[in-house]
Amino acid sequence: MIEIRIHGRGGQGAVIASQIIAEAAFREGLHVQAFPSFGSERRGAPVAAFVRLDDEPVLVRTEIYDPDGLIVLDQSLILQKLVDVTQGLKDGAWILINTPHRPEEFAHLGPYTIATVDASHIALQHRLGSLTAPIVNTSILGAFATLTGLVSLDNLGEAIAATVPIKPEANIAAAREAAAAVTTLAAAGTGR
Amino acid sequence: MRMVIKGNGAVAHAVRLARPQVISAYPITPQTSIIEGIASMVAEGKIDAKFIKVESEHSALAGCIAAESAGARTFTATSAQGLALMHEVIHWAAGARLPIVLANVNRAMAPGWSIWTDQTDSLSQRDTGWMQVYCQSAQEVVDSVIQAYKVSEKVLMPTMVILDAFFLSHTYEDVEVPEPELVDGFLPPLDLPQKMDLEHPAALGNLVFPDRYMEFRRKMDLAHQVALGVWDEVGREWGELTGRPYGLVEQYRMDDAELVLVTAATTASTARVVIDALRDEGVAAGLLRLRVFRPFPSGLIRTILAGRKQVVILDRNCSFGHHGIFHQEIKSALYELSAGRQPEVHGMIVGLGGRDVKPEDIRGMLMGVWEGRITEPVTWWNVLDAESAETGAVAMG
Repeated sequence: MIEIRIHGRGGQGAVIASQIIAEAAFREGLHVQAFPSFGSERRGAPVAAFVRLDDEPVLVRTEIYDPDGLIVLDQSLILQKLVDVTQGLKDGAWILINTPHRPEEFAHLGPYTIATVDASHIALQHRLGSLTAPIVNTSILGAFATLTGLVSLDNLGEAIAATVPIKPEANIAAAREAAAAVTTLAAAGTGR
Repeated sequence: MRMVIKGNGAVAHAVRLARPQVISAYPITPQTSIIEGIASMVAEGKIDAKFIKVESEHSALAGCIAAESAGARTFTATSAQGLALMHEVIHWAAGARLPIVLANVNRAMAPGWSIWTDQTDSLSQRDTGWMQVYCQSAQEVVDSVIQAYKVSEKVLMPTMVILDAFFLSHTYEDVEVPEPELVDGFLPPLDLPQKMDLEHPAALGNLVFPDRYMEFRRKMDLAHQVALGVWDEVGREWGELTGRPYGLVEQYRMDDAELVLVTAATTASTARVVIDALRDEGVAAGLLRLRVFRPFPSGLIRTILAGRKQVVILDRNCSFGHHGIFHQEIKSALYELSAGRQPEVHGMIVGLGGRDVKPEDIRGMLMGVWEGRITEPVTWWNVLDAESAETGAVAMG
């Protein structure tokens, strides 16, 4: 079983991102679970969403405490130390960050595979959201597909079309562009 | 068709397939997306029903009672304070023998204000005459809502289909949603034996004098006794149609189990992982999942638990001043066993107000009892401030 935690700010689409991953993995033939952090959410405040993927039906119905991977929609959560994003994260896990910076600049996070992509820039090029609030959740998932190999770009595109209410073509195009733009720094000793 | 939906979406799809004629509902977290989903389906013409927007939960159920009295199939949904506000008409629906189906998303009662899961809301409606089914997955939610209409309409008693807040209501998962033709073949249109009829006017809900009231109540109790068999039969029939059979309870690795966990809802799903791990370690552990709680399958549970060594009952609820409610009911069921066949029983109050019940919690409770470290009849599991719990002191934040 693979457990993923998505960090973002309220309004950035972390919950929708978890649904899109579930929809895409479902199209890969996997069993899926996706859920938000349970409670009230405020626009701009740190939020989290979660995904479980498995070959077998997913029986565990608890929150996720020690994920295998992280997606961070907003680099300020790390840079401003607003959230301890690596809490409970397994050694050797992967972290995918939306940032213009290179993965080396996040190596201090620990013994993880770090991948970065400038999803905000890509989203704006595809006119997704506004300059102050780009909609980054679909573009970063293209990078997720490349990084993890868990879902194909075709299935990701279908999942986006099934989940995103407006501009599905632009969202899919942004995901495809991000898929080619991800930069990865393998964790020392993981061989990845 | 297989699709990824959340528990609340599973309710909406099942209601669509059951072809209700009237939906009468009022929003409350965490139930709201059920009726939002249904409202969209009605607006899009996917459900041919009248959707009545009301000003309270009391009116929501009153609307169902009126429509069902006229012979229409109805649906409503609620949670916690909303269910409590319905309480007066909850009794009415059962006493009037109206086979209404209601989805209750378990939510803790206030205060302290909470939107998270807890079974005390539905269990405080235990003695109203409604049947109650507790679900462990979105798949079971779809299947149980459809079965609930069939059982309710056969025995003329209403059913509450119950799902955990967030752990089910807001969790997306892959679910097989049956085709309309399959459900149409399983669930015929409602044909109530008695209903309001303009051609044959009659008064309903009249004064019943003491020389007749008990007989009406006796018939309600008999209907529940009949319903035990009907749930079993309908669950089997559903299994033949879909490959997903259901019973009154579910047993997991129970054949030679000496240490038995009894619980309901999503905690029972998580518990399977713990049972598997304990089995790998050589502990003869098993799971008895409660599904249909009213009518209560007392005899079946007694037969299953007879002769086991230890029984650990997890209640996400509490009857203050006594035990967890599942605990009470199971102990009552075991009373008729001879002394040598009585298992040792321990109750655990867990997960109130949505506190997570993790695999390590379940393992801790089971092994605590198995290894003799937990000896009390009732344990409040994982309570942070043990001192205030012992003294009954209350700190309101």
